Amino acid sequence: MASLQSQDVVARSATTTATPQARSAVPQVAKLIDESKCIGCKACQVACMNWNDLRDDVGNNVGVYDNPADLTANSWTVMKFYEVEPKQGNLEWLIRKDGCMHCEDPGCLKACPSPGAIVKRANGIVDFMSENCIGCGYCVKGCPFDVPRISAKDNKAYKCTLCSDRVAVGLEPACVKTCPTGAIGFGTKDDMVAYGEKRVGELKERGFQNAGLYNPQGVGGTHVMYVMKHADQPELEGLPKDPTISPMVSVWKGIAKPLAVAGMIGAVVAGFFHYMKVGPVEEKNDEKENA
Amino acid sequence: MTNSWTDIKNTDLVLVMGGNAAEAHPCGFKWVVEAQQQRKAKLIVVDPRFTRSAAVADVYAPIRVGTDIAFLSGVINHLLSTGKVHLDYVKMNTDATFLTKPDFKFDNGFFSGYNVDKRSYDKSTWGYQVGEDGFVKVDDSLQDPLCVFQQMKKHYARYTPELVSQITGTPKDQFVKICEMLAATSARDKVMTICYALGWTQHSVGSQNIRTMAMIQLLLGNMGRPGGGINALRGHANVQGITDMCAYSEVMSGYLSAPTDADVDRETFLKVRTGKPLRPNQMAFTQNFPKWHTSLMKAYYGNAATKENDFAYDWFPKRDGAYDILAIFERMHQGKVNGFVVQGFNPLAAVPNKKKLSAALAKLKYLVIMDPLETETSEFWKNYGALNDVDASKIQTEVFRFPTACFAEDSGTFTNSSRVISWKEKAVDPPGEAKTDVEIMARLFQKLRGMYAKDGGTLPEPVAALTWPYINANLPQNSELLREISGKALADLMPPPPAPKLDAKGKPIPVPTPAPGAAPPAPLVKAGEQVPGFAVLRDDGTTACGNWIYAGCWSQAGNLTARRDNSDPTGLGVFPNWGFSWPANRRILYNRASADKDGKPWDPSRKYLAWNGSSWAGGADIPDMRPDAAPEQGVGAFIMNPEGVARLHAIGMNEGPFPEHYEPFETPVGVNLMCPNNPKAVSNPAARVYKGDMEAFGKAAEFPYAATTYRLTEHFHYWTKHARSNAITQPQAFVEIGEELAREKGIKMGDRVKVRSNRGEVVAACVVTKRMKALDVNGKKVHHVGIPIHWGFKGVAQNGYVANALTPYVGDANSQTPEFKAFLVNIEKA
Amino acid sequence: MQMNRRDFLRASGAGLVGSSLVALGFSPTAAHAETRNFKLARTTEARSICPYCSVSCGVVIYTLGDKAKNVKSSIVHIEGDPDHPVNRGTLCPKGAGVMDMIQSPNRVKRPQVREPGSNEWKTISWDDALNRVAKHMKADRDANLIKTIEKDGKSITVNRWNTSAFLISSASSNEAGYLSVKVARGLGMVALDTQARI
Repeated sequence: MASLQSQDVVARSATTTATPQARSAVPQVAKLIDESKCIGCKACQVACMNWNDLRDDVGNNVGVYDNPADLTANSWTVMKFYEVEPKQGNLEWLIRKDGCMHCEDPGCLKACPSPGAIVKRANGIVDFMSENCIGCGYCVKGCPFDVPRISAKDNKAYKCTLCSDRVAVGLEPACVKTCPTGAIGFGTKDDMVAYGEKRVGELKERGFQNAGLYNPQGVGGTHVMYVMKHADQPELEGLPKDPTISPMVSVWKGIAKPLAVAGMIGAVVAGFFHYMKVGPVEEKNDEKENA
Repeated sequence: MTNSWTDIKNTDLVLVMGGNAAEAHPCGFKWVVEAQQQRKAKLIVVDPRFTRSAAVADVYAPIRVGTDIAFLSGVINHLLSTGKVHLDYVKMNTDATFLTKPDFKFDNGFFSGYNVDKRSYDKSTWGYQVGEDGFVKVDDSLQDPLCVFQQMKKHYARYTPELVSQITGTPKDQFVKICEMLAATSARDKVMTICYALGWTQHSVGSQNIRTMAMIQLLLGNMGRPGGGINALRGHANVQGITDMCAYSEVMSGYLSAPTDADVDRETFLKVRTGKPLRPNQMAFTQNFPKWHTSLMKAYYGNAATKENDFAYDWFPKRDGAYDILAIFERMHQGKVNGFVVQGFNPLAAVPNKKKLSAALAKLKYLVIMDPLETETSEFWKNYGALNDVDASKIQTEVFRFPTACFAEDSGTFTNSSRVISWKEKAVDPPGEAKTDVEIMARLFQKLRGMYAKDGGTLPEPVAALTWPYINANLPQNSELLREISGKALADLMPPPPAPKLDAKGKPIPVPTPAPGAAPPAPLVKAGEQVPGFAVLRDDGTTACGNWIYAGCWSQAGNLTARRDNSDPTGLGVFPNWGFSWPANRRILYNRASADKDGKPWDPSRKYLAWNGSSWAGGADIPDMRPDAAPEQGVGAFIMNPEGVARLHAIGMNEGPFPEHYEPFETPVGVNLMCPNNPKAVSNPAARVYKGDMEAFGKAAEFPYAATTYRLTEHFHYWTKHARSNAITQPQAFVEIGEELAREKGIKMGDRVKVRSNRGEVVAACVVTKRMKALDVNGKKVHHVGIPIHWGFKGVAQNGYVANALTPYVGDANSQTPEFKAFLVNIEKA
Repeated sequence: MQMNRRDFLRASGAGLVGSSLVALGFSPTAAHAETRNFKLARTTEARSICPYCSVSCGVVIYTLGDKAKNVKSSIVHIEGDPDHPVNRGTLCPKGAGVMDMIQSPNRVKRPQVREPGSNEWKTISWDDALNRVAKHMKADRDANLIKTIEKDGKSITVNRWNTSAFLISSASSNEAGYLSVKVARGLGMVALDTQARI
């Protein structure tokens, strides 16, 4: 009973033929993460691994509460803990649920070279279609939030699906349902924006003058949004202030692609495959230095 | 909990202290967050660590471990000295007006009656003055220096903000700010709640920690009201139910105080346990004790419990002293215990001083473990290197391990922290040959009964007489057992004769005898029927009830614990038709106190019950009051106390009727600033310390850091280290220290560190955090070391040291709950 | 964000192949866009209670199969019970992962004994296990149960057996707890305790 099928897909990676646009009345869904209510309990992580039948490796404690330490091919959401003092002497423990933002304008999808490996559904969910994934890691580069992860085991890219299998049958995502304090909400995008703005107002009343809704327009808005106590400084919790799709993706789409296609010869293909599979993963540290 | 989880949403202010609700009870904590959002309630967290509860708090203040009474006593002083007391409530619902005995004294750390050699009190000078009429003397003006109110004022005036700050390390301005926030709820229309847990109980002064808070809640007028109360957030999913079943030595099912050697016969036993009103018109509900006890004996012994044999009184074993878990292990350590049955419990990991426990277990002849999981206790004899360094060949204990079903593999009821009993369904069969605890206990008892029937033995009669009315003797059904617990009539229960009405002069009008031929009155309950509640229980052997407070949970209407109607007609989070809440399906205890002396709610916007001119019924909840007791009769809300009111002065406590600050047995400062010249009153003078354990306490010179153990939100005790999901989210043992201590010790984030106490050591990864700051305690810098407990030498998480290798073997003077929360360690890079 | 030379090369190179496959005639219609099938569609539900903390959250346990005669049920998923007034469908990380505790590789599955001085477990039958334990208990009770004590020249019946002790689980149901207490008290035990104290 797959309940979202091809006509529920509004964009596909690396596809020049038109995608069906008929289902225009599908409600846009969104997840709202209210950090002011988050207790960092990791119920969302556990619900995610239980719903999606994932079990990451049992790691080690490296001196922090973050476990697993980062997103992996088997951990599609993780809590990130930040001990900060936005005001001198006033300690705050900011805790952020990291995972796919489900961008309205998804950089991963734009960057993906494999036809139909990344799709955007009419309800806003961005999903990876593993049978088409070639493991090139381009989605990682294209993502302004550093979310997709390539599995060392099968060389496929993985990330949060927003529980597309649950949403498809009318249920909320697993993390939303489990969240003990109601820090994660789910509904239509309009409802979540409205509720998020209400929460921002309530936080301002509580003295968080810079509270705000993180729904970055640089990627066309997101289907996963945050209510932040310090929206003026998202970098306090490891989020970019004004995320945009990497210019390399835009450059490719705009100029390089027609030129390259014109000059392409078959012999090059194999070489590029190899390069794409191995290159980006190896060079991750380099990229951080440049950032 | 006096109130319920869902009731927390009705509050104006939440204090989380002595607990860490967000981490330990996340799904209950949602109602705190709900109150914050919907009612603009504030959340205060007081904790040695900036916890995940603190992460969402409005106000956080640090405190040194083991100094909560000093903090809370300072709050009492603030309330009494500023007059921020809900005085109408206090006069009506507490013993503030009662006169204490003239010889009651407190001096330099001791209350009157202390015996230094015995480390205990003669309590004869404590308590109230009783007049010739048998009632306590009172002073309604609250001016008599002997009245409880004035005694309190005098006692707590010593806790000045300066001194509180010096003892606790809490900065004075933060302490005063919190005092003011709490004090604001003394208004009629403001209510605060407290959520505490093991952070208060696991101290040598644990019971008094909670009592101090209860006194604050009484002074503020917050008990018995929606959004108020004293809320103990408890441990296991059915820890409340097992407490109610009284699986411990001092009491019988339903908190009936168990007989001791002093209770030579039933009459003596009942006499000292049956309450008499200490003030006029009070319900003194414990006057029904004989009904509850007799019904329990009928449930146990059926027809063999007769009036002639004092309802089998002698068959029930009499206690000769303490048999709490510390006492049991002490006796075992002394070689006085041969056998030990451990059901769903992992004491080697869960009880203090692993070295002592391990030595004690090795002295047993037989050990029986009933558990779904491979516990550390079950393999105490096996060498796991440094984690469990023993020599199996030298341990002669015969160890049995019985596989048991877990919760999902059986039906039955759990009682949550707010006393709601709920039925659960069985989902799957247990794995392999595992059996339910019920089946194992039944089969074991049937074996024993068979052996006694065949071979005889010592005192075989009660073994033969114990009722076993289950269709399958080896497999009693949970439905059969719950019906037995709830109780039934053994004969037709006739209504009591009508009380004579009074004439205009107050004289009784004789009740006319019924006309000949008139129909006899119908029985309240027919023989064989389930009882509707404890009100019909009898002391003449015509009722059987396994636990009086559960009476009515399975009535003639069926299994009320299985009710799943989640409607909430008042919107106050009462859910009266979801499961069954003991007692009598009441959701807030002492709820009469939610209304003023005229029976009107203190806060009309949170109307819980009200006197409607003829009855208390018809409110949001079952009234905790005789339904027809008109307010002018002055029947107190605290019906279980013979005085009818709550106690600010409590003689039941072993270390004094007023809580007083004492240092933990291992104190980083070595002196009790409340009585600096009394070395005998540094720590709780009435706490029990066994020989050898006193010597095993460490001193600050060698172990300079204040340590505390605790739970993480990702784990539950020692179970979830066996669960992969949880092992992934918190894989390995660690300890936490502040940045300053880390710098001093040259410890970096993630380093392996060794933590030592005078009893043992653990090695773990180190989390270095801004969330634990050094405190200024009377001019001395005190660092804390935080030690999560969840690891052991069995599991799918990384194996680790048992944290209780470190902890001291001493308990609270009343409950004997061990002092896991405050002790001394040293720390170094491993 | 600045784009360096390597980024540019990679951008053009990677995109080249993918999009070019289309340009060269590879069809995207082979791409399946369906979501994963909803895994609970025909499972059986049981309403239970999380065994961990005392919030005692309602849980729904989903089991494989429809309880037909030939099916061996096993748990495939657990989620919060949305009807439960306290947890309203939510579960904390412990409860959300409780399936892994139930299905832990460290479940004890058969009665075992470790003989004195031995370094290993030996599997035994239930009947053996219960007989041996019952014999131990009876021997200890018969030898050590104290029927009376003398106090002030009077004999007082105490009927206590305090040389075997019993820790009763707070993790078990009320029914199991009640029966355990009843059996312990019925045998004359006074040394009993539970997690409630600690």
